[in-house]
Amino acid sequence: MSLRTVFKSTGAHPRGGEPIIRFDHVAVRYRVPHERIGSFKEYAIKRLQGRINHQEFWALRDVTLQIAPGEIFGIIGRNGAGKSTLLKVISRVLHPTRGRVWVRGHVVPLLELGAGFHPELTGHENVFLNGTLLGHSKREILERLGEILDFAGLGDFIGAPLRTYSSGMVARLGFAVAMAWQPDVLLLDEILAVGDEAFQRKCLDRIALYCDSGATVVLVTHDMSVVHALCPKAVWIDQGRVQSAGPSADVVRDYARAAQA
Amino acid sequence: MADTLTVYDSDRRAPPMIEELIQALRYRDLIRQLVRRDVLTRYKRSLLGVAWTMLNPLGMMLVLTLAFSNLFGGTRAYPVYVLSGIIVWSFLSQTTTSAMSQLTWGGVLLHRIYLPRTTFAIASVGTGLVNLVLSLVPFAVVMAVTGTPVRLTALILPVSILTLALFALGLGLLLSSLAVYFPDVSEMYQIVLLGWMYLTPIIYPEQIVPEAYRWWMFNLNPMYHIVQLFRLPLYEGIWPSAARLASALIVAVIMAAFGWLVFTHRADEFAYRI
Repeated sequence: MSLRTVFKSTGAHPRGGEPIIRFDHVAVRYRVPHERIGSFKEYAIKRLQGRINHQEFWALRDVTLQIAPGEIFGIIGRNGAGKSTLLKVISRVLHPTRGRVWVRGHVVPLLELGAGFHPELTGHENVFLNGTLLGHSKREILERLGEILDFAGLGDFIGAPLRTYSSGMVARLGFAVAMAWQPDVLLLDEILAVGDEAFQRKCLDRIALYCDSGATVVLVTHDMSVVHALCPKAVWIDQGRVQSAGPSADVVRDYARAAQA
Repeated sequence: MADTLTVYDSDRRAPPMIEELIQALRYRDLIRQLVRRDVLTRYKRSLLGVAWTMLNPLGMMLVLTLAFSNLFGGTRAYPVYVLSGIIVWSFLSQTTTSAMSQLTWGGVLLHRIYLPRTTFAIASVGTGLVNLVLSLVPFAVVMAVTGTPVRLTALILPVSILTLALFALGLGLLLSSLAVYFPDVSEMYQIVLLGWMYLTPIIYPEQIVPEAYRWWMFNLNPMYHIVQLFRLPLYEGIWPSAARLASALIVAVIMAAFGWLVFTHRADEFAYRI
């Protein structure tokens, strides 16, 4: 059971019109100090000597792309190519150093399940903590609470502290909260590990449901066959630059050619 | 449908100060949840639970009273005197320290999902407020035991608490932004905090400070004035003068605004650093 089967059955639903995500010459720079300067004294000395040099690392350089609403958009590239940084820019975690980003609607990063979960709090309490962390109000959470608990299917465990949960149960609760609201943009990593097979199935069904109602999916993957099969369009990133973009068949071909060379 | 969607445009942002304020208001339920989490989990595994919030200052007062009441024998109702200082000081040290550590250690979250960066500092102050209000309960008991009358002047307390909270928020934000760049700040601050406490008349009466130093020690120390906003109405039973009240509040507001400005100005960079 994989993402592939889900998307095969639903497919993309491009609605056309205005892009839902737009990158205009986006660049992101990390500044890593050469050696970690831990104290004022050290800082003052180095400052005086003019030896504070940051190693600049451009995770993204001049990325321009557009994603249409309802599309399933693939991002491919090696490890450290800038894929995660790109997703972080979409989800507002990172502000672009240069360029402009434009995103419409509610973004759900399905990469960070259960953010901020606290082991000493009960599952029930964690639903509120995690839900508000994702930007929902208490009222919104109360409206969906039944649905969330139902989906997580933890039974009586919901009143027990999270530290008594298995990792699968934690993931289930995290997914149930994250996916309780229809997203406009869904950020997905191909490797979606959420508990046992039955629950995985349930998650994928839910994703498919949201796709059917028009959610845009941005999918990061290493697996070329997945891109080929699912994504009408894709982009290949390497060293922070767009190497190739467009219909996924072309992008995958370019990527494969480069890999051979 | 598309028309009703909220749009995020990285170029069209309000000034950081304003934007952060709007976002912090939008995330107010999160702040409430974080306060709840901190209050509930701090003593979760202990038998007495949240009661420790009240027992803590009480225990400290007891120790200090045993140690110093002879030394500062002239001080009337020393337990009330010292406790009124301790609750103010604990508030400051707890909230600022926790604002700092939550941002640097809990900052993992900032790498993963978007949330207003001031959340941690605001929640720390929120937790401190809950603890402060709870510690007023044992305080009342100590007042009763020592025969210190509760006067109408206690009604000024909300203003005193507001002043303290604003000052602590500003300082917490300032320290947090520093601690992101220099992790050693957290350790250094603990020492500074200790020295600062001894320079403030928390456990000793003002009179023991030599006349010559008093002006410098008290007027240049905002915490002295803030402590007075608690001690005058509770311990002395007199109203703080309007001038004292106004100047303390103004200093606190300036501190809060300055901390907010520095923090929000730098906040975009935190996700790259922490």
